[in-house]
Amino acid sequence: MSLLSIKNLSVRFDSQAVLEGLSFDVEKGDLVAVIGPNGAGKTVLFRALLGLLPFDGEVVWPKNIKIGYVPQKLFIARDLPLTVMEFLQLKGAVDEEIYESLQAVGFLKDHRHHTDQHLLRAKIGQISGGELQRVLIAYALINHPDILLFDEPTAGVDIGGEETIYSLLEKLHQKHGLTIVLITHDLNVIYRYAKKVLCLNKEKVCYGTPQEALNPKTLEELYGTKIGLYPHEHHN
Amino acid sequence: MNTIINPSLTTSLIVGAIVGAASAYLGSIMILKRMALVGDALSHVALPGIGIALAFQLNPFLGAFTALAIGIFLIWQIERRTSVPTEAIVGLIFTVALAIGILVTPEPDLLEALFGDIAKVSIADALLAAALSGLIFTIMIPVKNKLVLSLISPDLAKSQRINTDRLHLVFLALVAVVVALGVKVVGTLLMGSLVIIPAIAAKNVARSFSGYGKVSLIFGVVSAVAGILLASKFGLPPGPLVVLASASVFLITLTFRRS
Repeated sequence: MSLLSIKNLSVRFDSQAVLEGLSFDVEKGDLVAVIGPNGAGKTVLFRALLGLLPFDGEVVWPKNIKIGYVPQKLFIARDLPLTVMEFLQLKGAVDEEIYESLQAVGFLKDHRHHTDQHLLRAKIGQISGGELQRVLIAYALINHPDILLFDEPTAGVDIGGEETIYSLLEKLHQKHGLTIVLITHDLNVIYRYAKKVLCLNKEKVCYGTPQEALNPKTLEELYGTKIGLYPHEHHN
Repeated sequence: MNTIINPSLTTSLIVGAIVGAASAYLGSIMILKRMALVGDALSHVALPGIGIALAFQLNPFLGAFTALAIGIFLIWQIERRTSVPTEAIVGLIFTVALAIGILVTPEPDLLEALFGDIAKVSIADALLAAALSGLIFTIMIPVKNKLVLSLISPDLAKSQRINTDRLHLVFLALVAVVVALGVKVVGTLLMGSLVIIPAIAAKNVARSFSGYGKVSLIFGVVSAVAGILLASKFGLPPGPLVVLASASVFLITLTFRRS
């Protein structure tokens, strides 16, 4: 079943094409990784999918679809007077829903353990990068979305934390059948976790399972140079 | 020189407390939106409106509010349609408004328009202040969560189908209402203090968002009441004393701020 259908999507900023004639479908239960060099239009694609910017072409979602969105980077002032719990409450869900979501991302394991309670009362600008990312996923998971759009899961998180974020996404994908579309720079992640990969450089360079879609030729087309198999970039 | 005597002192205190509360509460969001100086600058936009109203013997509040509504609408439009930074737009509009205001305000009234005179408030002013502050809280309570979300991440807010542009306009309109009210208490030049100082003082001590809004509101009321009482006791103009009272609150809270 197709959950998202994109036909001939183009986005222009001041008459300069950022995305050009992009078409692909996302099936229910897919885990799609979007890959491409800096400035390839990955985040712009997400923003178009969410209806945050004007575009040409078609983005078709089923009626009443619930989309969970995890934005790339949030610059939250350290002294912003907003606790983690208050942030999660901004979605307008009851507390039970919030606790359920927190458990899904690995908080509150031992029955609302006091260290987690401590986290919930902390100011959101003062928690660590890894904690913030998990809190943002928990926020996206509140109210059981049909699909999760995740812009660069690893941005700003150390290696140890990085591992948890991906295994967490895989668990959500497998256990809850959640459809996930994520932007990543990391080819390792794609081979290990993604069902499908979309190579993007203004236009669609490849789409399919990592095994069939990724080869030295598509990677060269994507990055414009001959590239070893595992480019590892972390900035956008 | 002592202009405040009972029973008008009671009316002044009521109006001061109500306006102090509403401005401080809105101010708490303005500070988070990094709009601190917008409130200050906007109050200057009220001046030509007050001047024209006084010249035609109309209620100065109406004049102030009309001028502010026009100013805010212009700022909102320029913000949406161009990439000129808000502070540049506000800087332009408020200095132009101040220049026009000084030209059109009849000279005997200029001082009052610039520095306010809460000693002259009437029962009607008090009722108006109460009604409009009630309106501000009625609108703010259901939208404050959306405002906070849109200041953390406009994309996240929009992805939840929150119309951030319209939300911003509603917020600016409320700011216009509170500034028009506050001009009566401390005047156009000092109005910024009513929205800025209680909120930055509250930010020093607040540990949560709900606490922040309440503490800001309390600081707003305390500063207004203390300022008006001190002015009455020492026969000084109330506006500057309200500002100094809130600045004292800020200094005290500074000792609680953890780095």
